[in-house]
Amino acid sequence: MSSEPNKLTAKERMAIPRQQMPQRDGIERSRDFKEVNLGLAEQVAIREAQRCLQCKNPKCVEGCPVGIDIPGFAKLVAEGDFLAAAELIRKDNDLPAVTGRVCPQEIQCEALCVRCKSGAPVAIGWLERFVADYQMNHRVSPQARLGVQKTGKKVACIGSGPAGITCAGQLAKLGYDVTVFEAFHKAGGVLVYGIPEFRMPKKIVDAEIRNLKALGVNIETNVIVGRTVTIPQLMNDEKFDAVFIAVGAGLPEFMNIPGENLKGVYSANEYLTRANLMEAYNPESDTPIIRGKRVCVIGGGNTAMDAVRTSKRLGADESIIVYRRSRKEMPARVEEVHHAEEETIRFEMLTAPLEVLGDKDGWVAGLKCIRMQLGEPDASGRRRPVPIPGSEFVIDCDLVIVAIGIGANPLLTKTTPGLKLNKWGYIEADENLMTNIPGVFAGGDIVRGAATVILAMGDGKKAAQNIHKYLSR
Amino acid sequence: MFEIVNKETLGPNVTRYEIKAPRVAKSRLCGQFVIVRATEHSERIPLTIADVNTETGTITLIVQTVGKSTLEMTTLQKGGYFADVAGPLGQPSHIAKYGTVAVIGGGLGTAVVYPQAVALREAGNKIVSIIGARTKELVILEQLLGSVSDQLIVITDDGSSGKKGLVTDALRELVENPQTKVDAVYCAGPVIMMKAVAELTRPMNIPTIVSLNPVMVDGTGMCGGCRVTIDGKRKFACVDGPEFDGHKVDFNELMDRLKTYKGHENKKYEEHKCKLLQGNK
Repeated sequence: MSSEPNKLTAKERMAIPRQQMPQRDGIERSRDFKEVNLGLAEQVAIREAQRCLQCKNPKCVEGCPVGIDIPGFAKLVAEGDFLAAAELIRKDNDLPAVTGRVCPQEIQCEALCVRCKSGAPVAIGWLERFVADYQMNHRVSPQARLGVQKTGKKVACIGSGPAGITCAGQLAKLGYDVTVFEAFHKAGGVLVYGIPEFRMPKKIVDAEIRNLKALGVNIETNVIVGRTVTIPQLMNDEKFDAVFIAVGAGLPEFMNIPGENLKGVYSANEYLTRANLMEAYNPESDTPIIRGKRVCVIGGGNTAMDAVRTSKRLGADESIIVYRRSRKEMPARVEEVHHAEEETIRFEMLTAPLEVLGDKDGWVAGLKCIRMQLGEPDASGRRRPVPIPGSEFVIDCDLVIVAIGIGANPLLTKTTPGLKLNKWGYIEADENLMTNIPGVFAGGDIVRGAATVILAMGDGKKAAQNIHKYLSR
Repeated sequence: MFEIVNKETLGPNVTRYEIKAPRVAKSRLCGQFVIVRATEHSERIPLTIADVNTETGTITLIVQTVGKSTLEMTTLQKGGYFADVAGPLGQPSHIAKYGTVAVIGGGLGTAVVYPQAVALREAGNKIVSIIGARTKELVILEQLLGSVSDQLIVITDDGSSGKKGLVTDALRELVENPQTKVDAVYCAGPVIMMKAVAELTRPMNIPTIVSLNPVMVDGTGMCGGCRVTIDGKRKFACVDGPEFDGHKVDFNELMDRLKTYKGHENKKYEEHKCKLLQGNK
């Protein structure tokens, strides 16, 4: 093989098999909170990047919600210029170390990779993660755009999750005076309260928040917009010229079945917030968490996977996913389901909970379920699960975690007079992400309903562009 | 970081803090609370805002030492800092003109009802306050609450201060006395006490507002840990409350859910007390 990577012929590139991401042993890792994936070695990353055929009309880019120049950065990785690759990604994506870990690449960029036709796609997510980590480990902060002309205008981003910090970063680079308001005591939103350490190490989020501050963004924690201060107050009294609402969805759904208020039933939001943000797994932390021995997690999304894998790490003997549809309909990323299986998580598919059973002291003692079968497709296009009469059974357990989705939290929307919402309580925004209130923009889950980190970031970027346009009129 | 500008001991295990939190002070309405963390590793705990000073941008919190977090808080001194103060949270108190209102505080609940008494009096009500406690040393805010009340009754389990008995004994005397018509009751304290008060007023149809204190994490309706059952429906005390119609609350469920972390709390408390004692040696 040629020593000059970019002189490789297409045939030579095609001959390289997809490289493997090294990961920790399933049993070993399921007892601690250290990261599961270990990242690619430099030579492995170069070899994987060489697999990219440098398509003239790259489909992968179309599959990326923020349109990263994927062949461009893969070429730089293949050449060994990892820092240049990182900078190229950062033109379109402010959080590559995050998205390289949590994006569902298999249904986005990698799904459209031309190499899918004859084998495996280029491991775009792993390469993205590799270059972002390389940049971080070499203590090179992303190029500061020094000497940016200040616009003299103020923008407030409400929420410090993926949408809020992306928007804030973009606007700071354009010369705006940006303040991010966060309700919790720590910035990062779902990246710190929701996604566990073993999938998204907090030091990565912390580094990105530091990058944001280095750009001059002001972050105010402990501010609950809607309570501590309202949007009209921000605009009228504090003279913000525009506001971006990126508060997330943030209202836990419950099943409305008997026994849901027994001791030992958590929403996934509560369970994960205790475990992640409040670090309940750390003996030094004062925040308590119920450590179940047999844990049932209800739901089939990424949040359910995060919760069930967390319960194992908090000492459960058996952790069980209870999902009413079949494996095929599970919305979780393929990798998360696979990792959960490696960690000996049990899957009870086509199973719906009927009642949480309690003991004489009001603690959870079991989950009464019924088996389901798939019927006709429903509105979501997925086959509707229907109960099989007489198939009721009980799973013994001492902890139940409800991870069946979230709704729109009304705290901010109710305290913003005149803000137009849809019938589910989500904010209505136009194609420029502006709401019906001039100067007030919105994006991420509070507009879309529960979606992904990368879609929220895409909204943050788009909102920043449109806020810039709006304020440059 | 939120500076402690004043600290005062009100009684055994009861401390009053005045904390600089200008945004909270500016927005707070009667009945709202904050969630605080004493230090970087503390848990988040909800505390009623007893008072605010919008000129100095300070809020007043009254804290009873009941576990590790609150014990640790007492080691913070004037000039020191709370790591986090977030709020104001919850719905403001529903304040209306009823006529005569019985304001009942059990133990630390007195700090919760004090601002209600102030607001209710401003709304033109006659205020009859009842402070209940196990024993004399646990009676707090007697003077302060007395200063906004037309009548103040202190009642203790052991009779060491005021009358001997329970707040319900004092309330029963009031409502059964034809001279003192009680038009509404505002009540905060131990759940068992609020339940007893609500049971007493139910047959007489006296509107009874109780302030609930379930376990919370975020205080913004995000975790659902503070869910309570009101009239058979699920409500989140942090955003729908903390005050509810006492005749509709499922008190038994709340009492039970409050036991969730008792084991953990006792363990942490004992460990921390040991540490403090060792430190003093």
